[in-house]
Amino acid sequence: MLLPRVTPCLLVKNKGLVKTVNFKNPKYVGDPINAVKIFNEKEADELTVLDIDATLDNRDPDYKMIENLAFECRMPLCYGGGIKTVEQAIKIFSLGVEKIALSSIVLENPKIVTEIASRVGNQSVVVIMDIKKKLLGNKYEIFTHNATKKTGICPIDFAIEMEKLGAGEIVINSIDNDGQMKGYDINLINRIKKVINIPLTVLGGAGKLEDIKNIFKEFGIIGASSGSLFVFKGKYRAVLINYPSFEEKKLLFTN
Amino acid sequence: MITIIDYGLGNIRAFENVYKRLNISTKVAKNKNELLGAKKIILPGVGAFDHAMTLLNNSGMRETLEELVFGNKIPVIGICVGMQMLAKKSDEGMLDGLGWVDATVKKFKVSELPPNAPLPHMGWNNISPKVGNELMAGLNNESRFYFLHSYYFNAANNETIIASANYGIDFTCAVKSENIYGVQFHPEKSHHNGIQLLKNFGTL
Repeated sequence: MLLPRVTPCLLVKNKGLVKTVNFKNPKYVGDPINAVKIFNEKEADELTVLDIDATLDNRDPDYKMIENLAFECRMPLCYGGGIKTVEQAIKIFSLGVEKIALSSIVLENPKIVTEIASRVGNQSVVVIMDIKKKLLGNKYEIFTHNATKKTGICPIDFAIEMEKLGAGEIVINSIDNDGQMKGYDINLINRIKKVINIPLTVLGGAGKLEDIKNIFKEFGIIGASSGSLFVFKGKYRAVLINYPSFEEKKLLFTN
Repeated sequence: MITIIDYGLGNIRAFENVYKRLNISTKVAKNKNELLGAKKIILPGVGAFDHAMTLLNNSGMRETLEELVFGNKIPVIGICVGMQMLAKKSDEGMLDGLGWVDATVKKFKVSELPPNAPLPHMGWNNISPKVGNELMAGLNNESRFYFLHSYYFNAANNETIIASANYGIDFTCAVKSENIYGVQFHPEKSHHNGIQLLKNFGTL
Protein backbone atom coordinates (compact mmCIF):
# COMPACT_ATOMS: atom_id res chain seq x y z
CA MET A 1 0.00 0.00 0.00
CA LEU A 2 1.25 3.45 -0.89
CA LEU A 3 1.83 5.42 2.30
CA PRO A 4 1.26 9.13 2.83
CA ARG A 5 4.57 11.00 3.15
CA VAL A 6 6.10 12.80 6.13
CA THR A 7 8.67 15.21 4.77
CA PRO A 8 10.93 17.73 6.50
CA CYS A 9 11.30 21.07 4.73
CA LEU A 10 14.50 22.98 5.41
CA LEU A 11 15.01 26.67 4.71
CA VAL A 12 18.46 27.95 3.80
CA LYS A 13 19.65 31.55 4.23
CA ASN A 14 23.30 32.68 3.99
CA LYS A 15 24.29 28.99 3.80
CA GLY A 16 22.77 28.32 7.23
CA LEU A 17 19.57 26.61 8.15
CA VAL A 18 16.81 28.93 9.41
CA LYS A 19 13.20 28.70 10.50
CA THR A 20 10.73 31.52 10.01
CA VAL A 21 7.38 32.54 11.49
CA ASN A 22 4.90 33.81 8.89
CA PHE A 23 7.88 33.96 6.51
CA LYS A 24 9.58 36.51 8.83
CA ASN A 25 12.20 36.57 11.61
CA PRO A 26 14.45 33.77 10.36
CA LYS A 27 16.03 32.04 13.34
CA TYR A 28 19.31 30.19 12.81
CA VAL A 29 18.83 26.51 13.59
CA GLY A 30 22.00 24.86 12.34
CA ASP A 31 24.02 23.51 9.48
CA PRO A 32 22.18 22.06 6.44
CA ILE A 33 24.57 19.14 5.86
CA ASN A 34 24.40 18.12 9.48
CA ALA A 35 20.58 18.14 9.27
CA VAL A 36 20.67 15.97 6.15
CA LYS A 37 22.88 13.46 7.96
CA ILE A 38 20.39 13.26 10.82
CA PHE A 39 17.45 12.79 8.46
CA ASN A 40 19.41 10.02 6.69
CA GLU A 41 19.78 8.19 9.99
CA LYS A 42 16.10 8.72 10.80
CA GLU A 43 15.16 7.44 7.30
CA ALA A 44 12.96 10.41 6.42
CA ASP A 45 10.57 9.86 3.50
CA GLU A 46 11.87 12.77 1.43
CA LEU A 47 13.62 16.05 2.03
CA THR A 48 12.85 19.50 0.65
CA VAL A 49 15.45 22.26 0.80
CA LEU A 50 14.42 25.80 -0.12
CA ASP A 51 16.92 28.64 -0.56
CA ILE A 52 14.81 31.58 0.59
CA ASP A 53 17.30 34.28 -0.48
CA ALA A 54 17.94 33.30 -4.08
CA THR A 55 14.89 34.91 -5.70
CA LEU A 56 14.95 37.92 -3.39
CA ASP A 57 18.63 38.58 -4.17
CA ASN A 58 17.96 37.84 -7.84
CA ARG A 59 20.88 35.43 -7.99
CA ASP A 60 21.54 31.96 -9.36
CA PRO A 61 20.93 28.89 -7.21
CA ASP A 62 23.99 27.99 -5.11
CA TYR A 63 25.09 24.97 -7.18
CA LYS A 64 27.95 24.04 -4.88
CA MET A 65 25.62 23.87 -1.90
CA ILE A 66 23.07 21.84 -3.88
CA GLU A 67 25.77 19.42 -4.99
CA ASN A 68 26.95 18.96 -1.40
CA LEU A 69 23.41 18.38 -0.18
CA ALA A 70 22.63 15.90 -2.96
CA PHE A 71 25.86 14.02 -2.30
CA GLU A 72 24.98 13.58 1.36
CA CYS A 73 21.25 12.92 0.97
CA ARG A 74 20.19 9.25 0.95
CA MET A 75 16.48 10.00 0.46
CA PRO A 76 14.74 11.75 -2.43
CA LEU A 77 15.71 15.41 -2.47
CA CYS A 78 13.65 18.33 -3.73
CA TYR A 79 15.44 21.66 -4.23
CA GLY A 80 13.78 25.05 -4.66
CA GLY A 81 14.93 28.65 -4.78
CA GLY A 82 15.95 30.99 -7.58
CA ILE A 83 15.30 28.65 -10.53
CA LYS A 84 14.43 30.81 -13.54
CA THR A 85 15.45 28.86 -16.63
CA VAL A 86 15.28 25.38 -18.15
CA GLU A 87 19.10 25.30 -18.22
CA GLN A 88 19.33 25.96 -14.49
CA ALA A 89 16.78 23.21 -13.84
CA ILE A 90 18.74 20.68 -15.91
CA LYS A 91 21.99 21.65 -14.23
CA ILE A 92 20.42 21.08 -10.82
CA PHE A 93 19.22 17.62 -11.87
CA SER A 94 22.71 16.74 -13.02
CA LEU A 95 23.92 17.43 -9.46
CA GLY A 96 21.83 14.52 -8.18
CA VAL A 97 18.52 16.09 -7.16
CA GLU A 98 15.28 14.13 -7.75
CA LYS A 99 12.83 17.02 -7.92
CA ILE A 100 12.95 20.74 -8.43
CA ALA A 101 10.51 23.19 -6.89
CA LEU A 102 9.41 26.21 -8.88
CA SER A 103 7.67 29.17 -7.33
CA SER A 104 7.99 32.82 -8.42
CA ILE A 105 9.07 31.97 -11.97
CA VAL A 106 5.90 30.01 -12.73
CA LEU A 107 3.81 33.05 -11.84
CA GLU A 108 5.76 35.17 -14.33
CA ASN A 109 6.00 32.44 -16.97
CA PRO A 110 3.62 29.50 -16.34
CA LYS A 111 4.71 27.69 -19.52
CA ILE A 112 8.18 27.06 -18.13
CA VAL A 113 6.58 24.12 -16.29
CA THR A 114 5.89 22.44 -19.63
CA GLU A 115 9.38 23.20 -20.93
CA ILE A 116 11.14 21.78 -17.88
CA ALA A 117 8.80 18.76 -17.66
CA SER A 118 9.49 17.86 -21.29
CA ARG A 119 13.19 17.58 -20.45
CA VAL A 120 13.15 15.94 -17.04
CA GLY A 121 9.71 14.32 -16.85
CA ASN A 122 6.54 15.64 -15.21
CA GLN A 123 7.12 13.62 -12.05
CA SER A 124 10.15 15.73 -11.14
CA VAL A 125 8.57 19.17 -11.46
CA VAL A 126 7.07 20.53 -8.25
CA VAL A 127 5.17 23.80 -8.02
CA ILE A 128 5.16 25.54 -4.63
CA MET A 129 2.48 28.14 -3.98
CA ASP A 130 3.04 30.54 -1.05
CA ILE A 131 -0.52 31.34 -0.04
CA LYS A 132 -2.13 33.95 2.19
CA LYS A 133 -5.77 34.21 3.20
CA LYS A 134 -7.48 37.41 2.11
CA LEU A 135 -8.93 39.62 4.80
CA LEU A 136 -12.43 39.45 3.40
CA GLY A 137 -14.35 36.43 2.18
CA ASN A 138 -13.15 32.85 2.07
CA LYS A 139 -10.50 33.71 -0.52
CA TYR A 140 -6.79 33.10 -0.92
CA GLU A 141 -3.98 34.72 -2.89
CA ILE A 142 -0.50 33.60 -4.01
CA PHE A 143 2.47 35.70 -2.88
CA THR A 144 6.12 35.54 -3.96
CA HIS A 145 9.51 36.92 -2.81
CA ASN A 146 9.16 35.60 0.76
CA ALA A 147 5.57 36.80 1.04
CA THR A 148 6.43 40.41 0.20
CA LYS A 149 4.94 40.52 -3.29
CA LYS A 150 1.23 40.09 -4.05
CA THR A 151 0.27 38.42 -7.31
CA GLY A 152 -3.52 38.71 -7.26
CA ILE A 153 -3.65 35.08 -8.41
CA CYS A 154 -6.04 32.56 -6.87
CA PRO A 155 -4.17 29.37 -5.82
CA ILE A 156 -7.11 27.09 -6.61
CA ASP A 157 -7.28 28.21 -10.26
CA PHE A 158 -3.50 28.25 -10.47
CA ALA A 159 -3.17 24.67 -9.19
CA ILE A 160 -5.52 23.48 -11.96
CA GLU A 161 -3.50 25.37 -14.56
CA MET A 162 -0.22 23.95 -13.25
CA GLU A 163 -1.52 20.38 -13.51
CA LYS A 164 -2.64 21.06 -17.10
CA LEU A 165 0.78 22.48 -17.97
CA GLY A 166 2.54 19.36 -16.70
CA ALA A 167 3.47 19.83 -13.04
CA GLY A 168 3.97 16.52 -11.23
CA GLU A 169 3.24 17.74 -7.72
CA ILE A 170 1.77 20.78 -5.97
CA VAL A 171 2.97 22.10 -2.63
CA ILE A 172 0.68 24.37 -0.62
CA ASN A 173 2.75 26.62 1.64
CA SER A 174 0.57 28.61 4.04
CA ILE A 175 2.09 31.98 4.91
CA ASP A 176 -0.49 32.52 7.67
CA ASN A 177 0.30 29.22 9.39
CA ASP A 178 4.08 29.17 8.82
CA GLY A 179 5.92 28.64 12.10
CA GLN A 180 2.73 28.93 14.16
CA MET A 181 2.76 25.21 14.98
CA LYS A 182 -1.03 25.21 15.45
CA GLY A 183 -2.00 22.86 12.65
CA TYR A 184 -2.48 23.01 8.88
CA ASP A 185 -5.08 25.15 7.06
CA ILE A 186 -7.55 22.31 6.39
CA ASN A 187 -9.97 24.53 4.48
CA LEU A 188 -7.27 25.62 2.03
CA ILE A 189 -6.00 22.06 1.54
CA ASN A 190 -9.50 20.77 0.95
CA ARG A 191 -10.21 23.36 -1.74
CA ILE A 192 -7.05 22.51 -3.68
CA LYS A 193 -7.02 18.73 -3.11
CA LYS A 194 -10.42 18.30 -4.72
CA VAL A 195 -9.51 20.11 -7.96
CA ILE A 196 -6.23 18.29 -8.79
CA ASN A 197 -5.23 14.69 -9.54
CA ILE A 198 -1.46 14.99 -9.12
CA PRO A 199 0.22 14.46 -5.72
CA LEU A 200 -0.27 17.21 -3.16
CA THR A 201 2.04 18.16 -0.31
CA VAL A 202 1.06 20.57 2.42
CA LEU A 203 3.40 22.82 4.37
CA GLY A 204 2.82 25.41 7.07
CA GLY A 205 1.46 24.94 10.57
CA ALA A 206 2.35 21.48 11.86
CA GLY A 207 3.28 21.66 15.54
CA LYS A 208 2.74 18.08 16.61
CA LEU A 209 2.43 14.66 14.97
CA GLU A 210 -1.31 14.77 15.67
CA ASP A 211 -1.59 17.60 13.10
CA ILE A 212 -0.12 15.25 10.49
CA LYS A 213 -2.40 12.43 11.56
CA ASN A 214 -5.40 14.73 11.04
CA ILE A 215 -4.28 15.50 7.50
CA PHE A 216 -3.82 11.81 6.65
CA LYS A 217 -7.22 10.98 8.12
CA GLU A 218 -8.91 13.72 6.12
CA PHE A 219 -7.06 13.41 2.81
CA GLY A 220 -5.53 9.91 2.54
CA ILE A 221 -2.56 9.86 0.17
CA ILE A 222 -0.94 13.23 0.71
CA GLY A 223 2.44 14.61 1.73
CA ALA A 224 2.65 16.30 5.13
CA SER A 225 5.64 18.60 5.25
CA SER A 226 6.95 20.73 8.07
CA GLY A 227 9.90 22.82 9.12
CA SER A 228 9.26 23.76 12.76
CA LEU A 229 8.03 20.33 13.85
CA PHE A 230 11.28 18.68 12.74
CA VAL A 231 13.74 21.34 13.93
CA PHE A 232 12.21 22.38 17.26
CA LYS A 233 11.36 20.42 20.37
CA GLY A 234 9.08 21.42 23.26
CA LYS A 235 7.14 24.58 23.96
CA TYR A 236 10.27 26.75 24.27
CA ARG A 237 11.22 25.75 20.73
CA ALA A 238 14.64 24.39 21.58
CA VAL A 239 16.52 23.54 18.40
CA LEU A 240 16.62 19.78 17.98
CA ILE A 241 16.51 18.04 14.60
CA ASN A 242 13.99 15.21 14.98
CA TYR A 243 11.81 12.90 12.90
CA PRO A 244 9.38 10.11 13.87
CA SER A 245 10.46 6.47 13.72
CA PHE A 246 8.56 4.14 11.39
CA GLU A 247 6.66 2.77 14.39
CA GLU A 248 5.57 6.31 15.29
CA LYS A 249 4.65 7.03 11.67
CA LYS A 250 2.54 3.88 11.51
CA LEU A 251 0.31 5.36 14.21
CA LEU A 252 -0.28 8.36 11.95
CA PHE A 253 -1.52 6.15 9.11
CA THR A 254 -4.14 4.30 11.14
CA ASN A 255 -7.32 6.20 11.81
CA MET B 1 33.45 -3.50 -10.16
CA ILE B 2 30.07 -2.17 -11.23
CA THR B 3 29.79 -0.01 -14.32
CA ILE B 4 27.10 2.68 -14.25
CA ILE B 5 25.99 3.82 -17.67
CA ASP B 6 25.90 7.61 -17.99
CA TYR B 7 23.88 8.49 -21.07
CA GLY B 8 22.61 11.71 -19.50
CA LEU B 9 19.79 10.45 -17.28
CA GLY B 10 19.43 9.24 -13.73
CA ASN B 11 21.09 9.94 -10.46
CA ILE B 12 24.50 8.36 -11.10
CA ARG B 13 26.03 9.85 -7.96
CA ALA B 14 23.41 8.32 -5.70
CA PHE B 15 24.51 4.83 -6.87
CA GLU B 16 28.17 5.72 -6.44
CA ASN B 17 27.45 6.89 -2.88
CA VAL B 18 25.66 3.69 -1.89
CA TYR B 19 28.39 1.45 -3.30
CA LYS B 20 31.10 3.56 -1.69
CA ARG B 21 29.45 2.85 1.66
CA LEU B 22 29.34 -0.84 0.78
CA ASN B 23 33.01 -0.87 -0.26
CA ILE B 24 32.08 -2.07 -3.74
CA SER B 25 33.93 -0.23 -6.49
CA THR B 26 32.13 1.49 -9.35
CA LYS B 27 33.00 3.26 -12.56
CA VAL B 28 30.96 5.47 -14.84
CA ALA B 29 30.82 4.76 -18.58
CA LYS B 30 29.99 7.66 -20.90
CA ASN B 31 31.10 6.00 -24.14
CA LYS B 32 31.68 2.54 -25.56
CA ASN B 33 35.39 2.45 -24.72
CA GLU B 34 34.61 3.05 -21.07
CA LEU B 35 31.97 0.32 -21.25
CA LEU B 36 34.28 -2.36 -22.70
CA GLY B 37 35.19 -5.10 -20.25
CA ALA B 38 32.33 -4.29 -17.83
CA LYS B 39 31.48 -7.14 -15.46
CA LYS B 40 28.21 -5.80 -14.14
CA ILE B 41 26.08 -2.91 -15.35
CA ILE B 42 23.54 -0.47 -13.94
CA LEU B 43 21.27 1.25 -16.45
CA PRO B 44 19.63 4.17 -14.63
CA GLY B 45 16.87 6.33 -16.06
CA VAL B 46 14.34 9.03 -15.30
CA GLY B 47 11.94 11.10 -17.36
CA ALA B 48 10.13 10.33 -20.58
CA PHE B 49 10.57 6.96 -22.37
CA ASP B 50 11.35 8.30 -25.87
CA HIS B 51 13.79 10.86 -24.50
CA ALA B 52 15.62 8.10 -22.60
CA MET B 53 15.68 5.73 -25.62
CA THR B 54 16.91 8.53 -27.89
CA LEU B 55 19.75 9.42 -25.55
CA LEU B 56 20.80 5.78 -25.16
CA ASN B 57 20.57 5.09 -28.90
CA ASN B 58 22.65 8.21 -29.60
CA SER B 59 25.21 7.46 -26.89
CA GLY B 60 27.14 5.08 -29.13
CA MET B 61 27.05 2.50 -26.32
CA ARG B 62 24.07 0.36 -27.33
CA GLU B 63 25.91 -2.14 -29.52
CA THR B 64 28.66 -2.74 -26.95
CA LEU B 65 26.04 -2.97 -24.23
CA GLU B 66 24.13 -5.68 -26.13
CA GLU B 67 27.34 -7.63 -26.76
CA LEU B 68 28.07 -7.59 -23.03
CA VAL B 69 24.51 -8.56 -22.07
CA PHE B 70 23.91 -11.27 -24.69
CA GLY B 71 27.45 -12.34 -25.57
CA ASN B 72 29.19 -12.21 -22.21
CA LYS B 73 25.91 -12.64 -20.27
CA ILE B 74 26.99 -10.19 -17.58
CA PRO B 75 24.37 -9.11 -15.01
CA VAL B 76 22.60 -5.86 -15.88
CA ILE B 77 19.94 -3.98 -13.94
CA GLY B 78 17.62 -1.26 -15.28
CA ILE B 79 16.34 1.23 -12.73
CA CYS B 80 12.98 3.09 -13.04
CA VAL B 81 12.78 4.19 -16.70
CA GLY B 82 15.89 2.04 -17.14
CA MET B 83 13.67 -0.96 -16.30
CA GLN B 84 10.92 0.25 -18.65
CA MET B 85 13.48 0.50 -21.45
CA LEU B 86 14.04 -3.28 -21.18
CA ALA B 87 10.51 -3.79 -22.56
CA LYS B 88 9.49 -3.97 -26.21
CA LYS B 89 7.47 -0.77 -26.19
CA SER B 90 5.75 1.76 -23.97
CA ASP B 91 2.39 3.53 -23.98
CA GLU B 92 4.37 6.66 -23.20
CA GLY B 93 6.32 6.81 -26.45
CA MET B 94 6.58 5.91 -30.11
CA LEU B 95 10.10 4.47 -30.08
CA ASP B 96 10.92 0.79 -29.60
CA GLY B 97 12.35 -0.24 -26.26
CA LEU B 98 15.44 -2.42 -25.99
CA GLY B 99 13.18 -5.48 -26.11
CA TRP B 100 15.46 -7.52 -23.82
CA VAL B 101 12.50 -8.69 -21.73
CA ASP B 102 9.13 -9.82 -23.10
CA ALA B 103 7.02 -6.99 -21.71
CA THR B 104 5.24 -3.74 -22.52
CA VAL B 105 4.91 -0.57 -20.47
CA LYS B 106 1.39 0.62 -19.66
CA LYS B 107 -0.08 3.78 -18.20
CA PHE B 108 -1.94 3.51 -14.91
CA LYS B 109 -5.66 3.99 -15.53
CA VAL B 110 -7.23 6.51 -13.17
CA SER B 111 -10.31 4.22 -12.94
CA GLU B 112 -8.13 1.40 -11.57
CA LEU B 113 -6.39 3.45 -8.89
CA PRO B 114 -7.54 3.50 -5.26
CA PRO B 115 -10.21 6.21 -4.62
CA ASN B 116 -8.78 9.77 -4.67
CA ALA B 117 -5.30 8.38 -5.34
CA PRO B 118 -3.04 10.77 -7.24
CA LEU B 119 -0.95 10.04 -10.32
CA PRO B 120 2.12 9.78 -10.58
CA HIS B 121 2.43 6.86 -8.15
CA MET B 122 4.82 8.72 -5.86
CA GLY B 123 6.12 7.82 -2.42
CA TRP B 124 6.88 4.75 -0.34
CA ASN B 125 5.17 1.48 -1.16
CA ASN B 126 5.82 -2.06 0.02
CA ILE B 127 6.68 -4.82 -2.44
CA SER B 128 5.90 -8.55 -2.61
CA PRO B 129 9.20 -10.20 -3.49
CA LYS B 130 9.55 -13.74 -4.86
CA VAL B 131 10.98 -15.96 -2.16
CA GLY B 132 14.40 -17.35 -3.00
CA ASN B 133 15.30 -14.84 -5.66
CA GLU B 134 18.90 -13.67 -5.29
CA LEU B 135 18.15 -9.96 -5.93
CA MET B 136 15.41 -10.04 -3.28
CA ALA B 137 17.50 -11.67 -0.55
CA GLY B 138 16.79 -10.12 2.85
CA LEU B 139 13.63 -8.37 1.63
CA ASN B 140 10.04 -9.27 2.48
CA ASN B 141 6.42 -8.09 2.09
CA GLU B 142 7.06 -5.27 4.56
CA SER B 143 10.02 -3.88 2.63
CA ARG B 144 9.24 -0.39 1.38
CA PHE B 145 10.80 1.38 -1.57
CA TYR B 146 10.52 4.85 -3.08
CA PHE B 147 8.51 4.99 -6.32
CA LEU B 148 8.04 7.88 -8.75
CA HIS B 149 6.29 6.93 -12.01
CA SER B 150 3.07 7.08 -14.04
CA TYR B 151 3.71 4.05 -16.27
CA TYR B 152 4.26 0.48 -15.14
CA PHE B 153 6.04 -2.59 -16.46
CA ASN B 154 3.73 -5.35 -17.64
CA ALA B 155 5.68 -8.60 -17.97
CA ALA B 156 4.28 -11.05 -20.55
CA ASN B 157 5.71 -14.03 -18.72
CA ASN B 158 4.83 -14.42 -15.01
CA GLU B 159 7.98 -16.39 -14.39
CA THR B 160 10.07 -13.27 -15.00
CA ILE B 161 8.33 -11.36 -12.19
CA ILE B 162 10.50 -11.29 -9.06
CA ALA B 163 8.48 -8.67 -7.16
CA SER B 164 5.16 -6.93 -7.53
CA ALA B 165 3.63 -3.88 -5.88
CA ASN B 166 0.05 -2.66 -5.65
CA TYR B 167 -1.39 0.70 -6.61
CA GLY B 168 -5.01 -0.19 -7.23
CA ILE B 169 -3.71 -2.98 -9.46
CA ASP B 170 -0.77 -5.33 -8.96
CA PHE B 171 2.12 -4.46 -11.24
CA THR B 172 5.60 -5.82 -11.85
CA CYS B 173 8.07 -3.79 -9.83
CA ALA B 174 11.03 -6.13 -10.30
CA VAL B 175 11.83 -8.44 -13.19
CA LYS B 176 14.46 -11.03 -14.05
CA SER B 177 15.09 -12.67 -17.39
CA GLU B 178 18.31 -14.70 -17.23
CA ASN B 179 21.09 -12.16 -16.50
CA ILE B 180 18.81 -9.15 -17.04
CA TYR B 181 17.17 -7.47 -14.06
CA GLY B 182 14.97 -4.41 -13.66
CA VAL B 183 13.35 -2.54 -10.77
CA GLN B 184 10.73 0.20 -11.05
CA PHE B 185 11.49 1.82 -7.70
CA HIS B 186 14.60 3.80 -6.75
CA PRO B 187 16.86 1.59 -4.60
CA GLU B 188 19.46 4.38 -4.55
CA LYS B 189 17.00 6.51 -2.56
CA SER B 190 15.25 3.84 -0.50
CA HIS B 191 17.32 3.83 2.69
CA HIS B 192 18.25 0.40 4.15
CA ASN B 193 16.09 -1.68 1.80
CA GLY B 194 17.60 0.00 -1.23
CA ILE B 195 21.09 -0.55 0.12
CA GLN B 196 20.23 -4.24 0.67
CA LEU B 197 19.01 -4.63 -2.92
CA LEU B 198 22.04 -2.85 -4.40
CA LYS B 199 24.29 -4.99 -2.23
CA ASN B 200 22.50 -8.10 -3.52
CA PHE B 201 23.14 -6.96 -7.09
CA GLY B 202 26.75 -6.05 -6.26
CA THR B 203 27.46 -9.52 -4.86
CA LEU B 204 25.70 -11.61 -7.55
